[in-house]
Amino acid sequence: MASLKSIKKRIVSVKNTRQITKAMKMVSAAKLRRAQENVVAARPYAGKLAEVLQSLAGSVEGDLHPLLEKREAKKLLLVVVTSDRGLCGGFNGNLCKAAERYIKEKKGEFEQISLMTVGRKGYEALKNRHTIAKSFPNVLAKPSYQTAAMLAHEVIDGYLSEEYDQVILLFNAFRTVMSQDITFQQLLPVEPEEKTLADETPVEYIYEPSVGELLAEILPKNIEVQIFKAMLESVAAEHGARMTAMDSASKNANEMIGKLTLQYNRARQAAITTELMEIISGAESIKG
Amino acid sequence: MAEKMKLEIVTPYKKVVDMEVEEVTATGKLGEFGVLPGHAPFLTSLRIGELAYKSAGKVEHMALNWGYFEIKDDKIIVLVETAEAAEEIDVERAKAALGRAEEKLKHLTAEDKQFKIYEAALERAITRVQVAGKSVRK
Repeated sequence: MASLKSIKKRIVSVKNTRQITKAMKMVSAAKLRRAQENVVAARPYAGKLAEVLQSLAGSVEGDLHPLLEKREAKKLLLVVVTSDRGLCGGFNGNLCKAAERYIKEKKGEFEQISLMTVGRKGYEALKNRHTIAKSFPNVLAKPSYQTAAMLAHEVIDGYLSEEYDQVILLFNAFRTVMSQDITFQQLLPVEPEEKTLADETPVEYIYEPSVGELLAEILPKNIEVQIFKAMLESVAAEHGARMTAMDSASKNANEMIGKLTLQYNRARQAAITTELMEIISGAESIKG
Repeated sequence: MAEKMKLEIVTPYKKVVDMEVEEVTATGKLGEFGVLPGHAPFLTSLRIGELAYKSAGKVEHMALNWGYFEIKDDKIIVLVETAEAAEEIDVERAKAALGRAEEKLKHLTAEDKQFKIYEAALERAITRVQVAGKSVRK
């Protein structure tokens, strides 16, 4: 049996770990709340933009814009949004695994599959097995619209110069605190949404400037917004995942401390018993 | 004719304005325009510039970045990247940005990639200063 001292030491060390995981859980809970607020705050913008895009696309005939045009898909770009920090359970691992699976599946269909990573962890996980065209580490601590806009331009430029024919965004969508949805979303070419309200009479708008020009401005914005939304969702999901992971880590630590304490008490009891036996037998021998 | 229109100004971070107004003027891509209740459905993109709305007889000014403007059935939706009310603008910062942008533009020609970026920055800064000035005068 391990010595009393070494058990005591382990108990102290597990207690320290528990303190850290507890604190991290609390921090994540606070950050999660803020991240969730951000997601909610971005919703009206994204929703309204989609609405306008739809009303525009409805009144446009044919391929008025290169971003709407469908080319033969030969080169695929996969944009993987992960977190910058670890210690959040399977958050990054699961996403990277999904990316790997996807690449394997699609290898036959495309001549070339490129990767772009957002967040440090995705880059670290994927760089050994794949070439990463571009990586943007450490942009998620404070997701800003500017960052999303920059990423969007990167993607759009690549698409327009025919570096890629199709762009897929891969990220963890926030479902509940406990669970994330791994989401594949096609960014480019833009697929016009199905008309949901078919019986609604189309409103005749006055467009200024022309529909085509407006569309040319709004389409890239829409991509920016989608990336921005994905970033916000991913951050919220990350904090949720970290909270859950830290919660179960704290629970495990509690369990461990319980077990070790039991062991410690047993060892102490055993030591006392042996000591007593020694004293008694010593006393016996003097008597005799 | 409806007396009032519903105005919503939305940015990616939050809903900035959501209220009933009587009159709105804004800077469109093709120039400044104004709308009153009962306007025909209208959709336009906005350039960096000013937006003013009149609510209960009081005129409020805002500095807008890129965005667009939609009115339909007396409901106005303005989607912009940033919207700052005149009172919120940090004039010192705007002036500093103005100086910086001017300085940069001196060394750049129209062919440079960065020219456009700084031109836009300059425009934004000018708008901010102008709009902020209007709040002081009020």
